[in-house]
Amino acid sequence: MADHPRARESRASRLERWSFALAFGIAGGIAIVLLVAPTLIVLITSFTSAYSLKFPPPGYSARWYLALWTDSPEILAAAWLSVEVAALATAIATVLAVAGAVALARRRAAWARVLDAVFMSPLMLPTLALGLALLVLFNVLGRGLSMTTLVIGHVAICTPYILRTTTASLLQLDPALLDSARSLGARPWFTFRTVTLPLVAPGVAAGAFIAFMASFDNVAISLFLSDARSEVLPIRMWHIIEANLDVRAAAASGVLIGAAVVLMLLLERLTGVSRHLR
Amino acid sequence: MTPGAREWQLVLPLALFFAVFVFAPLALLGVVSFYDDAAITTPGVAQYVKFLTDRFNMAVLGQTLWLGLLATAGALVIGYPLAYIYMVAPVGVQRVLMLVIVLPLLTSAVVRTFAWVVILGRQGIVNSVLAAIGLIDAPVRLLYTPSAVVVALAQIQLPLMVLPVITALGNIDPNLRHASHALGAGRWRTFIEVTLPLSAPGLLAGCLLVYAGSVSAFVTQTLVGGGQLMLMPQYMYQQAIQANNYPFAAAVAMILLAAVLAIVIVVNIVSRRAETLVHG
Repeated sequence: MADHPRARESRASRLERWSFALAFGIAGGIAIVLLVAPTLIVLITSFTSAYSLKFPPPGYSARWYLALWTDSPEILAAAWLSVEVAALATAIATVLAVAGAVALARRRAAWARVLDAVFMSPLMLPTLALGLALLVLFNVLGRGLSMTTLVIGHVAICTPYILRTTTASLLQLDPALLDSARSLGARPWFTFRTVTLPLVAPGVAAGAFIAFMASFDNVAISLFLSDARSEVLPIRMWHIIEANLDVRAAAASGVLIGAAVVLMLLLERLTGVSRHLR
Repeated sequence: MTPGAREWQLVLPLALFFAVFVFAPLALLGVVSFYDDAAITTPGVAQYVKFLTDRFNMAVLGQTLWLGLLATAGALVIGYPLAYIYMVAPVGVQRVLMLVIVLPLLTSAVVRTFAWVVILGRQGIVNSVLAAIGLIDAPVRLLYTPSAVVVALAQIQLPLMVLPVITALGNIDPNLRHASHALGAGRWRTFIEVTLPLSAPGLLAGCLLVYAGSVSAFVTQTLVGGGQLMLMPQYMYQQAIQANNYPFAAAVAMILLAAVLAIVIVVNIVSRRAETLVHG
């Protein structure tokens, strides 16, 4: 009987606690490294002075950013088209989704729940299938591909994000505010404009921001719905990476990462966008 | 008329949009998949027979779903602990962690995929490190392998796993954990018997998002997998745009849709069951 039972138990429990902390610490640490490292590696590579994507780069310069700005009209044109499509699609999706959220939030009827699930489905379904389906539809209707067809496809993938954040904001709204506006004689539209909208605006803005990024990033829909002349940025970059691994792809990635960081920090200040992502 | 009774009409524009531009096209795609010839003249089930009886086609389907499953498992194994760390971290650390988790979600998937092309390339960091410590003499091929696709997919979809788990863990009353400790259960036992079951809804939601995202991740599959690895999304694209065989592409799309939907339904049933277990 060398070991006192209590001492033995405490050693076992210490081992137990340490093994738990170690296992979770290592796995979580790997996750953090994996989340951060790829972005950093792309940023570092984009400042290479060489013609290849060698890492670590043999030397540093901003030449590829310069090349992107002065020497790559096709990438800039694609970027501009992407901004246009994303802005248009987000604007249309915002109107549709906010109206839909006002109609559906707090409604417990079965039809409302079903519609809600239906409107969220583009987040889950393979969007590539939707792209192909829309292409078939436009063919049957005898409509050629155009900016309009592209925007329609993007609206479908933008609405779920805005619907989700707006619904969440509406549910946090104190119904007493709406009741008092009503009892004071305010018409529904006036109440919406002066009470509801200002209070849910951060949620709408966060959703619109996420939707814009999703549209800007989308390949699956654009692959089928853009005509030969209009190439959006992610598809342009996809071609570059697939074909010849031009270092300008790294510079373009650097610009996109920078833009995402700036927009993210700005919106975090204004609306607390990260709360809305969950 | 009660005030606000007509509010439901506001859903009509969105419903109309979805009917015309989401459901009609998907239904049409379903119809097209039931034609035997590429010219869409003879109705029949030839496309499905062709897909389901051909060894190559079934291998494409199996490989797609298998890689999606592996990516989901990978994201779960490292994503869940990260969500747990977030939950127990002090507020200041939480804020930084949230930025780290969310930022990749907002940078383009093409950029995140490109990162893996750089990392795993012949001159990438993995080959450099392996050469530096003398494990290899010449660069090894890491890109264009199924393992590379799994790792890249798991990393790219990781935030979609972490965020729902954080939400679920945040909804658990910390007193339950404390009570479990006070009653003598260790960390592992408390985790397995209290925390894990209570976070099941978030965990399942995360798995669903990662799985659905992984099996249809065209960009990552094509750029990291390369030409050698044929998966469903690329197969569908190739059959439609390059081979102009719309009925077969439509059948491929329908089979992929069915594979995703089947998992969504199963997970929803399991998740409802888990909730009734937890909440009685």
